[in-house]
Amino acid sequence: MPLAGFSAGLVVCLFVGWLVFPQILYSEKTQPIDFSHKLHVDEVGECDGCHYFREDGSFSGIPRLASCVECHEEAVGEHPEEAKLVAEYVKPGKEIPWLVYARQPDCVYFSHAAHVKMAELDCVICHGPIGDSDHTRPYQYNLITGYSRDIWGWNIAGMSKNAWDYSQTDESGEVHIDSPARMKMDDCAICHEEKGTNDGCFVCHK
Amino acid sequence: MSEQHHEAHKHHEGHGTKYKYGMVIDLDKCTGCGACMVACMAENNISFRKDNSDKLLSNYWMRVYKISNGLPFPDTEICYIPRPCMHCEGHGHHHHTPCVSVCPAVATDYDQETGIVSQIYTRCFGCRYCMAACPYHVRVFNWWDPKWPEGMEKYLSPDVSVRMRGVVEKCSFCNHRLQRARNKAYAEERREIHEDEYQTACTQACPAGAITFGDLQNPEHEVHKLKDSPGAFRLLEKLGTNPKVYYVSSRAWVLKAADVYIGEEGKGVTHP
Repeated sequence: MPLAGFSAGLVVCLFVGWLVFPQILYSEKTQPIDFSHKLHVDEVGECDGCHYFREDGSFSGIPRLASCVECHEEAVGEHPEEAKLVAEYVKPGKEIPWLVYARQPDCVYFSHAAHVKMAELDCVICHGPIGDSDHTRPYQYNLITGYSRDIWGWNIAGMSKNAWDYSQTDESGEVHIDSPARMKMDDCAICHEEKGTNDGCFVCHK
Repeated sequence: MSEQHHEAHKHHEGHGTKYKYGMVIDLDKCTGCGACMVACMAENNISFRKDNSDKLLSNYWMRVYKISNGLPFPDTEICYIPRPCMHCEGHGHHHHTPCVSVCPAVATDYDQETGIVSQIYTRCFGCRYCMAACPYHVRVFNWWDPKWPEGMEKYLSPDVSVRMRGVVEKCSFCNHRLQRARNKAYAEERREIHEDEYQTACTQACPAGAITFGDLQNPEHEVHKLKDSPGAFRLLEKLGTNPKVYYVSSRAWVLKAADVYIGEEGKGVTHP
């Protein structure tokens, strides 16, 4: 009987901790435009078509509106999201307030050049097969810290998983990315240790 | 244990180039103008207060001290001593850097590749042991959250994080500039950084050219030669901190003042 009581209590605690608490802790926002990476990869090519390196080695990150305007000065198709892009952002010349899933805290320095150019890591290793996705996924952020849930990781049990474990294909064949890999300090440190690169604090902090 | 440590050490050194960044400051050239202090504050987002003249409460990473030979006019002479973090190397494999060895939070470490002593503000919990341990008073404590006059926050450097109340901060040899230089090098598919690609803000701001910065171990860098010039010394060398900031002066009384704790006054060059 005490064992049954304990087990019931444990189940309740796990239920609250793993399912209820995250709902309370994280708030959700949707991206201003439901962007299809898949469609654009087909048109533009590889990731670096839009997410390119500047000459000084810095990474451009999410493209500014000007890049969109190159093709979308007027609507080129009939997609409602494209109509929204043209009407709400391109015509008034307003930057799109994208929500950045991988935004790190201020104290973190990350060099894309070091990882992509020197270590030759594929984009998918950290970001997942986001190029295959048809829709943007919701942006969840921690209500206390304000940080994106991608940093802490979507697995509340704390297990670090690879991005591609989370992608799902629905009945219509569309790929959805639930979450890329975690981007906590430990996750960086594990790889740095494995590869034997400098593990000094000032390598990744500023 | 020590064998293992040596192995680990080798392991670090085996990757990339080993640098030893340091500075040589010519005290005969320094006019005490304070441009280095201003450049440092602007570069590193150092907060200031409405009245920054209270030197007990204001924060500086680079600070210019003034000493005098104490003689009456017309023999009075002044020497200004700009003082960044010394980035002490200590001796031996353990890199016994005073601040690093006392930090209970591992918020500061000695980078084996660059010789730069780091400070991670988000890791620091403000016990200030490091401030007590540092013989050069280079570390400062944030008593208040930083505040900038309205609009000025737009001029903050995005490459340096701002520090919150309750943490210790100090000169980083503009480490973010090294990160930037590395980025550029990687883009050009090389690992070594040229001397002119990584210079600190104070070095570039000095109108007298009194500060020289570079890799002390690299014979092609200016500092490599300058650190051995006659009249070169380091502050409080006797403590064995093995600092990476050298000073040069041709004035006997300055050398004497600098050697005051060594007990061999006036000998000048004291590094081994």
